[in-house]
Amino acid sequence: MISDFMNNLSRRIDSFLMGCIFFACIIGLFVIYSASGQDWSRVISQFSNMMVALTLMWIVANISPHWLERMALPLFIFGLLLLLGVALFGEISHGARRWLNLGFARIQPSELMKVGMPMMLAWYFARREADLRSVDYAIAALMLVVPVGLVMKQPDLGTSLIILASGFYVIYLAGLSWKILAGGAGLIAVMTPIFWSLLHDYQRKRIEILFDPSQDPLGAGYHTIQASIALGSGGFIGKGWLNGTQSQLDFLPERTTDFIFAVFGEEFGLLGNILLLALFSLIIFRGFVISSRAHNTFCRLLAGSITLTFFTYVFVNIGMVSGILPVVGVPLPFISYGGTSLVTVLLGLGILMSISTHKALMASS
Amino acid sequence: MLLRRELRNHSLEHHHFKLRLSVAGFIVLFCFAILLFRFFFLQIGKYDYFHTLAENNRISLVPTVPNRGLILDRNGVILAHNFFVYTLEITPSKAGNVEDTINRISQMMEVSNEDRKQFKKLRAQTHNFESVPIRTHLNEQEAAKFAVNRYQFPGVEIRSRLFRSYPQNGMGSHMIGYIGRINESDIKNLDASGDLGNYKGSDHIGKGGIEQFYESVLHGQTGFQQVEVDADGQAVRVLSSTAPVPGDNLVLSVDSKIQEIAEKAFGSRRGALVAINPKNGEVLAYVSMPTFDPNLFVDGIDAETWKMLNGSLDRPLINRPIRGIYPPGSTFKPFVAMAGLEDGKRHPPYSLSDPGFYTLAGSSHRYRDWKPEGHGQVGIQKAITVSCDTFFYGLALDLGIEKLTGFVSHFGFGKKSGIDLTGEIGGLLPTPEWKNRRWKQKWYPGETVIVGIGQGYTLVTPMQLAQATAVLANNGVAMRPHLVKSIQKNNGTGGMFHIPPMKQDEVRLKPENIALVRAGMIDVTRPGGTAASVGAGAGYDIAAKTGTAQVVGIKQGAKYNAGALDERHRDHALFVAYAPAENPTIALAVIVENGGHGGSAAGPIARKVMDYYLLGKLPADIVESSTKKPTGVVEEELHD
Repeated sequence: MISDFMNNLSRRIDSFLMGCIFFACIIGLFVIYSASGQDWSRVISQFSNMMVALTLMWIVANISPHWLERMALPLFIFGLLLLLGVALFGEISHGARRWLNLGFARIQPSELMKVGMPMMLAWYFARREADLRSVDYAIAALMLVVPVGLVMKQPDLGTSLIILASGFYVIYLAGLSWKILAGGAGLIAVMTPIFWSLLHDYQRKRIEILFDPSQDPLGAGYHTIQASIALGSGGFIGKGWLNGTQSQLDFLPERTTDFIFAVFGEEFGLLGNILLLALFSLIIFRGFVISSRAHNTFCRLLAGSITLTFFTYVFVNIGMVSGILPVVGVPLPFISYGGTSLVTVLLGLGILMSISTHKALMASS
Repeated sequence: MLLRRELRNHSLEHHHFKLRLSVAGFIVLFCFAILLFRFFFLQIGKYDYFHTLAENNRISLVPTVPNRGLILDRNGVILAHNFFVYTLEITPSKAGNVEDTINRISQMMEVSNEDRKQFKKLRAQTHNFESVPIRTHLNEQEAAKFAVNRYQFPGVEIRSRLFRSYPQNGMGSHMIGYIGRINESDIKNLDASGDLGNYKGSDHIGKGGIEQFYESVLHGQTGFQQVEVDADGQAVRVLSSTAPVPGDNLVLSVDSKIQEIAEKAFGSRRGALVAINPKNGEVLAYVSMPTFDPNLFVDGIDAETWKMLNGSLDRPLINRPIRGIYPPGSTFKPFVAMAGLEDGKRHPPYSLSDPGFYTLAGSSHRYRDWKPEGHGQVGIQKAITVSCDTFFYGLALDLGIEKLTGFVSHFGFGKKSGIDLTGEIGGLLPTPEWKNRRWKQKWYPGETVIVGIGQGYTLVTPMQLAQATAVLANNGVAMRPHLVKSIQKNNGTGGMFHIPPMKQDEVRLKPENIALVRAGMIDVTRPGGTAASVGAGAGYDIAAKTGTAQVVGIKQGAKYNAGALDERHRDHALFVAYAPAENPTIALAVIVENGGHGGSAAGPIARKVMDYYLLGKLPADIVESSTKKPTGVVEEELHD
């Protein structure tokens, strides 16, 4: 009886992914405890975030990819309308217009787009599969650029980058010609100066200081310098849990959110970093496997994009903390404090699970 | 066949997809390899370096605060300067039990409750590893005593901090402004403008007047030292340092002597005076009475003094020249007259016979002249000289409100003068369009009539009135008024930069019209004029106009305080003038609140100012060198 019940519960759960997620969450809670200065309330609050996000993941995993495919278009249009709503009536908080007040709740529609965008583009390419032409890529690019532009204007550089990446991955996987990719890379090289002139001052400053943190050691470069000190002083095996001087003595800013990897690296050292990277690699590897085994184009493209987007989170966050990428606000999955990013990441992994466990059904249907 | 091709296509496509996935996989591996390489570089390669940095975070960046620029008057008299004081500071992260440390310090020297409160407040705003003063203004005995016992106090050190001082005390306080402790909203603003880094180590920021407006010029560029400190928080050696760049000195166009004469002339009365050189816009005096002592604000004003200043009926904290608004009263008449002349409506030989009142056609309401029996036969020149209300009632109506306000706005009414101070108010030139917008009501002709004598909705700041007079004196050419005349780069060690005169606006006036208005205004200070006593024995011609304005705003019966309020019901006295009338080098506006009549209350103040500026004549109560000269405080004993 009980095992039947458990079987039903876990029927749609990919056990390999679930194992990785479980470990990552445990690590996350330990690091939050240390980074928050041993604040139990933070740990408990993050734990409940995890529970909510895992429940949502379970629900999504139980939805058949058929339904996901049908929901793609309405979800995208809904998300786009909300983004327009934000641009017109959004609430400003911390200097950015990101929130939409619906009366009973405040929502951040840009998060919805992180899931909605790859679903939409995967749906589109799946529909056009039989008769795919160059113009389809242009249409896809247009569908990608408009929401990204809206989010970038809020301004929210980190989120717009993630949405851009998730959409681009679909287009790439759908077979965008190598020539265009190479041409695009060339174009980016040319367009960089123009893009530079469009950036907000604070974004420009962040980029300038990336290349030379010593330019502003007390101001904007402070983050990068202190994070490097934290990581570097961690050495091979780290200073030990709760023993990071950089983090415990207040030197690290944003140490429970975007810069939490510096706390991890300081306390667990190179060894810890390698293990964490390995854990993330397992999740990504599993995502690739699910994607390549998926039985229709929609599932393949969506699974591939979700996997690569997850990789983007990891790479951009760790890259910025270790000082090789600009400081853009992208959280580290499972480790950074905050419910929103947990929900978005786990929703994506829930879709992966749905695709991986509904295969038999799809094949027979 | 078809089916097979589709199948092949399908598998071909799947093959393509796998290829693309593999490429992506390689890129992922490549990126992760970069991260691993970076980890090796930071955690193995540069481990020793970062280990030392972290161990000695303790190796800290110590900001070196730049010397704030001085503020000087046009003759070099110091209005604001800096000096060093010893402070006793605690770095909480190194001190262990902070409460206990403070208690032990208090056994050695006095630590008041105020000190403790201030420490608590500052500590909440700073990082744990930054030092916070528990005592300021240590005397030498206290400093020496602590130095001997320092070993007992880990995390406590003596530092010297830069303090601001205003040696002239209250003089020109509204113009000079003051600096105060940086608060949360300052931090937000600094962060938004990207200047927060430059304020690490700075405790103060300009909060009013010149100090606020020229903050970015005065502050300078913060330097920093990478200092290795031991576990007790004592500096062991300096690893590297970048010197601070001192702020720029500001030389004002204001003459502190004129300022002093004007303030003394006000005595205990409230009001404002602004004097401008009409030819170049240099502000010569900027008076707001009563004044306050800006030194009170530097170290955080105590609650009681603040309550006293803020609650006083005299409103000493209000910056009257740019934030006080008054009806211009009859001082508005020369500008209305100029409008009538330029429009051709009242050109000589036009004159009217004044019965002592004015009525609108079809109405029996009488707009009365201040002189009940009237002024007899009045032309435009006499109308200014005797301040004939009847003449200007009719003129305003003839011109119409739009033409009238449109014309006088060229003199700066209804808009900010653009003086280099923050918080200026634009005053009000009413129009039917404004009334409709503001009150949703239509404009009545009677309202136009009273605008002719500077009453009704019209409101001006003393700054505007002075500027308008300057424009009149300068034949219609408006120069932007400014307080800062030149900037001495880097505390005077760099070059000198003069602020050039800037033309702001120009209204074309016919020379004969200028001459007529001037003649009317000169007669004001001659026998028969409304301010004859002001011109008596001057030795130079003064073109002037008096005014009185009814007090608005105090409601009758509301919190009636007989002694205090009776006097406050009196009219405001206004006076505008420029001199020498033929070639003016000074134009000014004076307002004495509740002073009564402009000629007798405000005029004499203006006369004293002009006498000194034009003739070098000092009033009897002013001693030659009473303005405090620099007291020998040396600014150069800087960061060693």
